[in-house]
Amino acid sequence: MEAASGPRFARTGAFGPPRLDFKWVIIGACVALTLYLGVVPLGFLLWQSFFTPQSAAKAAEFTLGNYREAYASEETWLLFWNSLKFAAGASLLAFALGTLLAWMNERTNTPFKSLFFALSIIPLIIPGILFTVAWILLGSPKIGLVNLALQNLFDTNAVFINVYSLGGMIWVDALHYSPMAFLLMTAAFRSMDPALEESAVMSGASVPQVLRKVTLPLVWPAIFATLLILFVRAIESFEVPALLGLPVGIQVFTSAIYQAVHRYPSQVGLASAYAVTLLVITSAGVYFQSRLSTSGSRYATMTGKGFRPRLIDLGRWRYLTVAVFLLYFFLIVVLPFAVLLWSSFQKFYSVPSVEALQRLTLEPYRTILGYPSLMRSVWNSLLLAVTTATLVMLVTAVICWIVVKTKLRGRWLLDNFASLPMVFPGIVLGLAIMILYLYLPVGVYGTIWIMLIAYVTRFMPYGLRYNTTSMLQIHKELEESAAMSGASWTTAFWRIILPLLKPGLVAGWIYIVIVSIRELSSSILLYSPGTEVLSILIWELWENGQYVELSALGVMFIIGLFFLVLVAQLIGKRFGIREA
Amino acid sequence: MSGLCTEYVDERGNVVRAAQDVSFEVPAGKLFTLLGPSGCGKTTTLRSIAGLERPRSGEISLGGALIYSSRSNVFVPPNRRGLGMVFQSYAIWPHMTVFENAAFPLQVSKSRISRKEIETKVLGVLKVVALEELAEREATKLSGGQQQRLALARALVMEPPLLLLDEPLSNLDAKLRERMRFELKRLQRDLGITTVYVTHDQSEALALSHSIAVMNRGQIQQTGAPREIYERPGNQFVADFIGTTNFLRATVDAPDAAAGFYRVASEVGTLKVRAVDALEPGMKVVISVRPEDIRLSEARPNGDNVLEGTVHTKVFLGESVDFEVKIKERPVLSRAHPSLGTRVGHPIYLSLDPEKCVALKDTPE
Repeated sequence: MEAASGPRFARTGAFGPPRLDFKWVIIGACVALTLYLGVVPLGFLLWQSFFTPQSAAKAAEFTLGNYREAYASEETWLLFWNSLKFAAGASLLAFALGTLLAWMNERTNTPFKSLFFALSIIPLIIPGILFTVAWILLGSPKIGLVNLALQNLFDTNAVFINVYSLGGMIWVDALHYSPMAFLLMTAAFRSMDPALEESAVMSGASVPQVLRKVTLPLVWPAIFATLLILFVRAIESFEVPALLGLPVGIQVFTSAIYQAVHRYPSQVGLASAYAVTLLVITSAGVYFQSRLSTSGSRYATMTGKGFRPRLIDLGRWRYLTVAVFLLYFFLIVVLPFAVLLWSSFQKFYSVPSVEALQRLTLEPYRTILGYPSLMRSVWNSLLLAVTTATLVMLVTAVICWIVVKTKLRGRWLLDNFASLPMVFPGIVLGLAIMILYLYLPVGVYGTIWIMLIAYVTRFMPYGLRYNTTSMLQIHKELEESAAMSGASWTTAFWRIILPLLKPGLVAGWIYIVIVSIRELSSSILLYSPGTEVLSILIWELWENGQYVELSALGVMFIIGLFFLVLVAQLIGKRFGIREA
Repeated sequence: MSGLCTEYVDERGNVVRAAQDVSFEVPAGKLFTLLGPSGCGKTTTLRSIAGLERPRSGEISLGGALIYSSRSNVFVPPNRRGLGMVFQSYAIWPHMTVFENAAFPLQVSKSRISRKEIETKVLGVLKVVALEELAEREATKLSGGQQQRLALARALVMEPPLLLLDEPLSNLDAKLRERMRFELKRLQRDLGITTVYVTHDQSEALALSHSIAVMNRGQIQQTGAPREIYERPGNQFVADFIGTTNFLRATVDAPDAAAGFYRVASEVGTLKVRAVDALEPGMKVVISVRPEDIRLSEARPNGDNVLEGTVHTKVFLGESVDFEVKIKERPVLSRAHPSLGTRVGHPIYLSLDPEKCVALKDTPE
């Protein structure tokens, strides 16, 4: 040790004034990116809503006309009313379905329910546009299989169900998002101490009485939070209102924005005014939901304390509940997938019959695989998904480190800015980014870069959430010991923090890849020929009326996503919690 | 190496002063302990030396080079101080093997070290802590004691000029803690590495240190060798925190014939006591006397400071018996050999060695 003190002096003598650390370059870049992505589009959208359209002849002028036009017309109030009815209906129906299933799954002795829990995740994989198209093929008054089958059965011409209606929109949207309600409510049920229910049973209450008097009041905060999430999600929904509402003139905010932009001449100002209104609604929803965060934080304890409640014995009623499970699964997975599968083997779309069975063909698959823009779309989708996921997870890891690990003043602001895109419905974000880069002459408009920017912005809050959960579990001393070992911040971040974040990083990465591949509502305003993605291709096929090719693509798309999720879960298990 | 000097470490986090005017010097090759109850500022002081916290004011120098100074605005970041540190939680990286954990400081070192040299050094240091057999094992598969030794190996591998230990034994069970205490002492003495040790456990501090600084409320109360601190506590806090002691209120009567000794009138009678600072007659003082320095006997002994009392309670502890003796209704704790079998309620004589009766200024606590 004495011998070592010689060179030690030389080293201590070398302590100079601190240089510009690489650390600050990285942190600065990440913070700047976050602020830019989170704040600038919103500012631009607000600003734009107060201006007239710019043209070659005339510069943009300040105006309140967009709002006047938007709010003076009776149409807008109808729009508002429609949006409200649609969102309220869809969220309530999804909630009712999800809660019933969650209760049956968590608190009763329904058979096969562990299997059901695994299956209930599958519908989340099916992209919204495919789910909607499938239900059109089932429930359209003219070509819907359900109608045709029932008409055959009863030998009438009556239309039994019509998805081109507000009721149809609510039905399809609610069905598609009921698994989300199911997962949220499952978490709520799991975090509730079953002893409270059991003591009610011991006091002589019947099953419905327990449900009404004990269970429901206890999960009330979770119910409210779930309803808010579902409501915000439903009001942001684009695929269902666009495909089902627009053909029959039922407009909601999201579809009205799309129409205003796609009209000729496009009314960006009016779209912005609609978008601002929509933003106000979603912001309020997200705000109230975060206010409920004390009860909302229960969602984080999905695995919980591991108590297994005494299950309510349903007796013979359990055959009914298992039937409900089966019916639900049939409606949400089997039927939509089967109809896509059926039509993907037809040359022209037709009703299943013995006759049609003989006309089965692989023609649609051949057509779609030879489709000129298919390979390009697949490539674009994959490229965007992987780049977005990687970028988002790395940047939010740094942001999250600042928010969780430092005592920097104003770091909560950074957290809020990074979460800001959460209030943007996809179509509003697409609009804001479109406007921004129409005005900013940086050459990204019409390229794939603008879509990357939109995706990164949109999914940043998810990345932040995944990283925060993991980051909170990393003990401060693990990082400090790296500094004491002589590692610079950059080295410590790369070799200690990121590897320790791995469970969250991988889970978040996979999630963002999947949601990026399915993304439609932002892309629809931002793509241009050459930068189509898969969901846009499906959209175009629908507009062209190429139903069978669409079905073939849809079937392959769903199977592909299914395997992606399967692989992801396997990887997720490998990277699971390794920490002692 | 001239040693380390921390001066005026003064941090105001939330108006609370974690450490105030803390100054000390650690001689090269010695083990210096910061001892105190939780929240006394000892960990803050250690983290300031490490560079993990930036003190408000003061100066820290290492081997003659300034590593922190508020006056000349010097702050060397922790990763360039080249110190070794063992954390309370050990902070073993769970995603690396034992070898990778220990090799990390060398791998990230500024001076490029060859792979071969790293391997030699790491295996060398793992051998010192008796972990060389487990080099390829995942770090999470180690027991508590092994993790602690790995943390030590990682801190030692770059041969730091100063080793910082933050309560390294507090997460171990009692048996293991005792063994690791000896192990640590042997390692420190063998390697001769200058060490700053933080603990709240007084027996650990007494067993390991060359010198101890007792801290309370952000201030150093007393600095000295273990024996000195134990036998001549500088104030009531130190006397009370280190070991067990009896406090007896007293008033100074007059200086004794022997230099440094005084006669005092205490609540149990007149005593001859020793004091470090000069005392004036009439001053209020507190006499600290440790249970093992009160000799008990059934026959009246000769000498100074002999008192008579009644046995009130007895507690058998195996290697000793604790007697609570009442002198004029004032209970006094005394530790005796188990062979003494005086019954409860019987009279007994107490003999207090004047050398071990320390007069402390009466500080209202």
